Amino acid sequence: MSNLVILPIIIPMIAAIVLIFFNKSVRISRALTKLFSIISLATAGYITWYVLEHGTIILQTGDWMAPYGIVLVMDGLAAILVLTTNVISTACAFYAPYAGLEKRERFYFYPFFFFLITGVSGAFITGDLFNLFVFFEVLLMASYGLIVLGGGKVQLRESLKYLLINLFSSMLFVTTVALLYAVVGTVNMAQIAERVQEVEQQGIITTIGILLFFVFATKAALFPLYYWLPKSYIVPNPVISALFGALLTKVGIYSILRVFTLIFVYQTDLTHEMFIWIAGLSMIFGIIGALSTSNIKLIIAYNIIPAIGFILLGIGVLNESGISGSIYYLINDMIIKTALFLLVGIIAYVAGTSDLRKMGGLIHYYPSLGWLLFLSAAVLAGLPPFSGFIGKLLLLKGAFEEGEIAIVIIGLLTSLLILYSVVKIFINGFWGDKETMGTIIKKPINGLMAPVVALLTISVLLGVGAELFYPSIESIAAYLLDPEIYIDSVLKE
Amino acid sequence: MYKTNDLILRTTASLIAFILLGFAVYLLLAGHNSPGGGFVGGLMTAGAILLMNMSYGFKEVRKVLPINYVKLIPAGLAIAVGTGIGSFLFQQPFLSQTYGYFHFPIFGEIELATAMIFDLGVYLTVVGVMMTIILSIANDTE
Repeated sequence: MSNLVILPIIIPMIAAIVLIFFNKSVRISRALTKLFSIISLATAGYITWYVLEHGTIILQTGDWMAPYGIVLVMDGLAAILVLTTNVISTACAFYAPYAGLEKRERFYFYPFFFFLITGVSGAFITGDLFNLFVFFEVLLMASYGLIVLGGGKVQLRESLKYLLINLFSSMLFVTTVALLYAVVGTVNMAQIAERVQEVEQQGIITTIGILLFFVFATKAALFPLYYWLPKSYIVPNPVISALFGALLTKVGIYSILRVFTLIFVYQTDLTHEMFIWIAGLSMIFGIIGALSTSNIKLIIAYNIIPAIGFILLGIGVLNESGISGSIYYLINDMIIKTALFLLVGIIAYVAGTSDLRKMGGLIHYYPSLGWLLFLSAAVLAGLPPFSGFIGKLLLLKGAFEEGEIAIVIIGLLTSLLILYSVVKIFINGFWGDKETMGTIIKKPINGLMAPVVALLTISVLLGVGAELFYPSIESIAAYLLDPEIYIDSVLKE
Repeated sequence: MYKTNDLILRTTASLIAFILLGFAVYLLLAGHNSPGGGFVGGLMTAGAILLMNMSYGFKEVRKVLPINYVKLIPAGLAIAVGTGIGSFLFQQPFLSQTYGYFHFPIFGEIELATAMIFDLGVYLTVVGVMMTIILSIANDTE
């Protein structure tokens, strides 16, 4: 039944509504959060299976035909991203009770959390440009609430910056949608794609495409527009940082992926060539940021930027290996960034500081924590058996096929430096004498570790069982490279 | 300190608030065929309650209208989502709507649409949001 499509949006929304009523009782809130997360995860899992088995599901809301109403399109890409989102949200839901949020949990932490998931799922599923804007706002409003929740001085300062930059980019988004509507006369993505094809993407449409790219690049933190990200992502609680780092920028890069494989695909020598350079610059500047600091949270936050660069590289080269590499890397990065943010949250909690220069010798007290960090560093950098490797391999292969040798070299060097930046945490924080930090009182961290272990297991499985997942990813890439299939499935049913 | 006697303000405020509330309900119900709807109806209601608050004071109004405005927001959202989910029961796509003609004793034949229930959800949410914002800023100085 086509109403399946709406469930990943509706279930978190109902959860948020119900949880507003139970804000006073932390115990009920926690239990309900876990329950709803698991229901949502199970639904997303079923939908993904259904879509990969039977093909795209289209929901015409309110029973209005495709270009007139809002269509929700659950294709393979949307389905696996919704599933990944739900995996992450479930992990965060199980981490949050131990994350030291007691006071904030009473002040509507969980409703904000679920509204964020609503917005993210909606943005992945929608097939309408203005509806995409609305879901962007839903997730941004929730993120404003989450970033300032608690009311610390730093939070206040960083949330102001975050709010201003996002308000500006939202305004630009509305303006761009207005321009596009004035030119093609529709906001339905399939119909826009059809009409852009008819006029062979004349100059004005390419201009609008580049404007739209800047909107999404601000949300996704690409090269010239990333300066707001690192600081504002580390001020809230680790669980909120993890949600932001895993979901918000990825929605931006997903929008770029969707729009530039569906709508603006007829002047690739202009736009997509630019993407490759922006991808390279994002990698370089992001990794310089990650190397420049000794704050462990900031290292992970800066690592988001080269990852987004890698994903954009695949969109830039626009061939089958490139796109499937982008998708693989996108999923891998969403999971591993959550795991890393949660891990550094635990490290900062047990060490009592997030400054690398003040810690050392933690391996004597928390061996499992140390080895988990080491494992996730290996996954992030893309060492062979793990999932980061396959994504990067496909991406670099795609770039190589297009003859972009410079970017391949930049990508390889960046990977090396990513590995260095995370292993630096391991070397400085975990190696060394037992006495470096004085005597540590061992804190219980089992509750915090469980979600991280689950995420890392999934991540490792993604890499080791690549044979299993790769065919579906490849078919999604083939599907994305042929916009006709999308247009036909939405408009001609 | 010398306490002002705002007799004229209070007398006119209750009269104006009464008219405003009536107009708000009119706007809410008229939304289908003429300008109006849940959003502007909700704003107008919030305006009326705000006027009462300004002329009588927050404590007095809380006694007369013991409403938890924060809870009004999820209630409105629940109604709006509920109308969307309601279409699941009839095997229709999400947010489908329908209408019918009903005969009432005094008013005669009236068209009733399920979009009205959605509007009611919007109305409650808007009232809740507006009053939450106003009251939390107003109570800040305490």
